[in-house]
This record gives sequence, structure tokens and C-alpha cells, in this order.
Amino acid sequence: MLRYTIHRVLLMIPTLLGVAVMVFFMLRLMPGDPVATMLLGDAGGASISKEVIDAERARLGLDQPMYTQFFKWFWGVLHGDFGYSMWTGRSIAYEISIRLELSLQVAVMATILAILLALPLGTLSAIYKDTWIDQSIRMFSIAGLAVPSFWLGMIIILLLLTYFQWIPPLTFTSIWENPWENISQLFWPAVAVGYRYSAVSTRMMRSSILEVLQEDYIRTARARGVFERLVVTRHAMRNALLPVVTVIGLEFAFLIGGLVVTEQVFNLNGIGKLFVLAVARSDFTMIQALVLLVSVFFVLINFAIDMLYAVLDPRIRYR
Amino acid sequence: MNTAAASAIAYKVPKRRHPVLQFMMQQPLGAAGLLVIVAMGVCAAFAPWVAPYDPLTVDYEAMLGAPSPEHWLGTDSFGRDVLSRVIYGARTALAIGFIASFLGATSGAIIGVVSAYFGGRTDMIIQGIMDVLLSFPIIVLAITVVAVLGNNVVLGIDINLIIAISVPMLPRVERVVRASALAIRELPYIDAARAAGFSHTRIIFRHIVPNVVAPYLIMLTAFVAQAILAEASLSFLGLGVTEPTPSWGLMLSGAAADFYQQAPWMIVFPGIAISLGVFAFNLFGDSLRDWLDPKIKI
Repeated sequence: MLRYTIHRVLLMIPTLLGVAVMVFFMLRLMPGDPVATMLLGDAGGASISKEVIDAERARLGLDQPMYTQFFKWFWGVLHGDFGYSMWTGRSIAYEISIRLELSLQVAVMATILAILLALPLGTLSAIYKDTWIDQSIRMFSIAGLAVPSFWLGMIIILLLLTYFQWIPPLTFTSIWENPWENISQLFWPAVAVGYRYSAVSTRMMRSSILEVLQEDYIRTARARGVFERLVVTRHAMRNALLPVVTVIGLEFAFLIGGLVVTEQVFNLNGIGKLFVLAVARSDFTMIQALVLLVSVFFVLINFAIDMLYAVLDPRIRYR
Repeated sequence: MNTAAASAIAYKVPKRRHPVLQFMMQQPLGAAGLLVIVAMGVCAAFAPWVAPYDPLTVDYEAMLGAPSPEHWLGTDSFGRDVLSRVIYGARTALAIGFIASFLGATSGAIIGVVSAYFGGRTDMIIQGIMDVLLSFPIIVLAITVVAVLGNNVVLGIDINLIIAISVPMLPRVERVVRASALAIRELPYIDAARAAGFSHTRIIFRHIVPNVVAPYLIMLTAFVAQAILAEASLSFLGLGVTEPTPSWGLMLSGAAADFYQQAPWMIVFPGIAISLGVFAFNLFGDSLRDWLDPKIKI
């Protein structure tokens, strides 16, 4: 197990390094001078002299060669210092930290929702294969892959507004201040993001259970006269969970994609909204920090899944 | 053995039907998806004849009009006909969807085959790059590419938007095609081709590529759905197609975001169009996979 863990950790390093290099240099290829854009924005459209721009570039270290900039930036990142936003001038770590809680909470709520839906629905769909139950669950989940989360969010707001006169609140209440208000505020965004998530997991659960039900040990259990309910819950579901765990983990890392659009609809000031704003303002120090954050998160989740796999299925450790 | 018994066992020679017909009969759901796709394609191709109004004509008299006999799906905040904009939107969605997934799937497939064929260090380096690309969510990578490239409209189509949508697909297709190509590389006829002294290019394009067409086609159709969704999301965020070009995602943003509570038809119908389009391509892609090669995981 230790050998496997070390091997897996070593495999992560080149990927993470590659991500850092790619993000950094890709954004330096951006057309347009972010410094000029920023100063023009501050001056309200008045023209800026070249000296002022050059001074600002020097202050931000943009006049140095690229590789120097990269190593300075990378060294900072290793120490948790992402630099300063080119737009607000505040530290990026601060800008992210005030929004991280909200986005993470929506992501976690969406995950819980997806698991609560996917496990029973996927299992039912597999047990009652080709009946109306299976067909309707499959339609429900294939629709989940098609409905864009931002549109679903708008429809939810529309319905809530029509029937309950509910409008998305303008300010965010932390779960530590007022748990009830917080959860009622974030529940619907979580539904909008979580529907697609649950659809993906339901499909995986269904095909995984169908596969497991073909196994010899299921036939053995049935032959021994084990109740069908126990065959499904004890033997089939447990063994079918492995691939589902992978999908749930991978999709969790990708939830940020859903959040980018959903936060816009529900007027939530989270990481997704910050990302869109940063792109709109070509705030490239912010973009690179956020993209790096997302992909590091993804690589770590991947690592966690592999570890979980090794714990759940001992065969993997000895490969 | 008497002749009567022999003739009783009439061997039924399977009738060879046209593959499209075969597909339609074996995969009714896929056929339904295909039907929707064809209908969308017809609407897109003949938009000027199908649409009742010009999608760009502003009519302040008819602002935010509810669905009525004149405007079946109502009008938006500029008085433009929603039905006509949805029909013209199919053009944008299909054009970008097809071109982007064709670009992403084809370049992914070529890289995958090359990576599998050469193996060794080449394979390792390519897989390393693909791993890096795979660690970005589709929409995040697409947005980043948009941020880097900006807009570049040629013939009414934003080339950079297409590139942005196809980049995230490339590594995903590459993975699947590479896996298929790895299995083919080990087959005796590849050894035979090598022994015959054929060039790498010839072996790759004449002997390996024809055998990875199935996974390629499956990934291609699956990614048209993804591309339509990505285009809609990017346009919704204001980073994709720009006004006044009709696009389903764009119809849900801007003024629509301010007025949809009073004029729900502005957002309901474009959203249905996106969902239906993606749904149809998913259905078709799923069935195509079951039909061609059920083992492939998308």
C-alpha cells in the first residue's frame, strides 16, 4: 500500500507542474495589454501616457523576462501567495477565500443530492430493467444530461417566484450565522447543478448493477436462498459502488464548471462568478490562480479516488 | 438423409439491408434522436423559408409580447420574434456544434493513433500533455481559451469560439482512440505491413485509422451534444456568440435575464431548444455506441 501511495504521489507531480506551466504561459499569450486596460478603466477612458503604463508594468514585474516571471510566480504559489488581482488590487488569496465557502457548500450540497438520488434510482432502474420504471428513470436521467443548469436555474426561480413570491436574496448568509436561511438560499442552486450530476451517477449505477448481477456470486447467493432484497443490497450494491464512486468523485471536481454558470443565475458571489468576472476584465493573475486551483483540486480528487479504490479493492494494490 | 428433411431446414440467408435502415430498426430511440437532428438540420438549412420573421428586425411596437397568433412564441425585449430567433439559433448551434466536435475529435483521433503507434517516449510525452489538458473542466478550459484568443469572426462564425470548444474535447477523444489503436497495433497484419516495408504514414492511415473509425464516430456524435451545451453556456456568459446573432444561449442572457420574470417565453423556448438538441444527440450517440461497439465508455 505504501509503495502504491508513493508511486501515485510521484505520478501527480509532472501533471501539476505541467498545469502550472501551461496556465502561466497560455495567459501571457493573451492579446491586449492588461495593464493598459486596467489603467484605462480607472481613468474612465482618458488617455494614459506611456510612462505611467511602463511604471505600472515595472511595479507588477511584467517588464522582466517570462521565465523570471514564471519562477517568481511559481515560488509564490508554492508558499500560498498567488499575488494580487490586476483589477481590484487586493490579494488573490483573499478574493478567493471570501468566496470559497459558498461555492464549496453548493458543491457539497449538490453531491449529497446526487448521491441520494442516484443510488436508489440507479438500482431500481437495473432491477426493473426494461419495465416502465426503468424507462422513466432512464428518461429522467438522460434529460438531466441535456438540460443546461443555468436554464434549469432560471426555470426554478420563475416557478418559485410565481408560486411562492421567492426571489434570490441579494446577500449571502453564512451557514455559521443562520443555518436555516443559508440552506434555503443554497438549496435551489444545488438542485440546478445537482440534476446533471445525479443523472450521470444514476446511469453509472444502473450499468454497474446490471454488470454485477451477472456475476457468479450473485447466482450463488440466490441459489443459497438469500432473500432477493439482501442479494441486491448486500451483494450487488456493494460491489457495484466502485465505478460509481469514481464518477461521483470526478464529477465533484467538475462541478465548478456547473457553478460558473449557475452562480450567475442565482446571483451568488462565488468562485464561478469570480472566474467569469476575471475573464471579462482580462485579470490574468486572477484567471491563472483560479484555473490552477481548479485543476489542482481535480488532480487531488483523482488521487483520493485511486486511494479509495485501493482500500476498497485489494487487487489494485498488487498490480 | 432424405431430401424432404433437408429442404425443411431452410437456411435463412439474412437479408442485407441498408445500414441506416438497419440502425433505425434495431435502435428505435436512436432513430427518434436522428429524426430530431434531421428536423433541426432542415430548420437550420432553410431558416429563411421556415422562420416567419427576420430574426434581427427590431419592432418596438411588439416589445415583450406574449405568444399570439402573429408571434407564436412571443417577442423579446426588442420586439424580435422568438420563434424566428430559435429557428435561426439552430444554425449557430449546429454549425458550431458540428465544426467544433469534428475539429476536436479528428485532431484527437490523429494524435491518439500516432501516440499508440509510436509508443515509447512519444507516447509518454503526448500522454503527459493530455493528462494536463484533462485536469481542466470542459467549460473552464473553454473559457480560458476564449480569454486567451479573444474573438475572430470569419464568415459570421467565431473561429476562436470553435477552437475553444474543441480544445477540451481533444484529450477525451484521444484517450479512447488511443486505447483502440493500442489493441490494433498488436495484430499480425500490422507486423505484416511493417515487414513489407510500408512507411509509418501508410501503416497509420491505411491500416490503423480505418479500424478506429467506430470509436471516432461514437465520440464525434457524443461531443456534438457537449459542443452545443458549451456554446450555449459560453454565449450565456457573454463569452461566446455576440449580439445580434441569434444563439440559444445568448437568448437566455442580457435583456432576457432582466425581463424573464415578466416575459417567461423569452427564456422557456430557447431553453427547450437547447435541451431538445442535446437530448437528441445524446440519444443518437448512445444508440450508435450500442450498435457499433457497446464496450466503449464515453
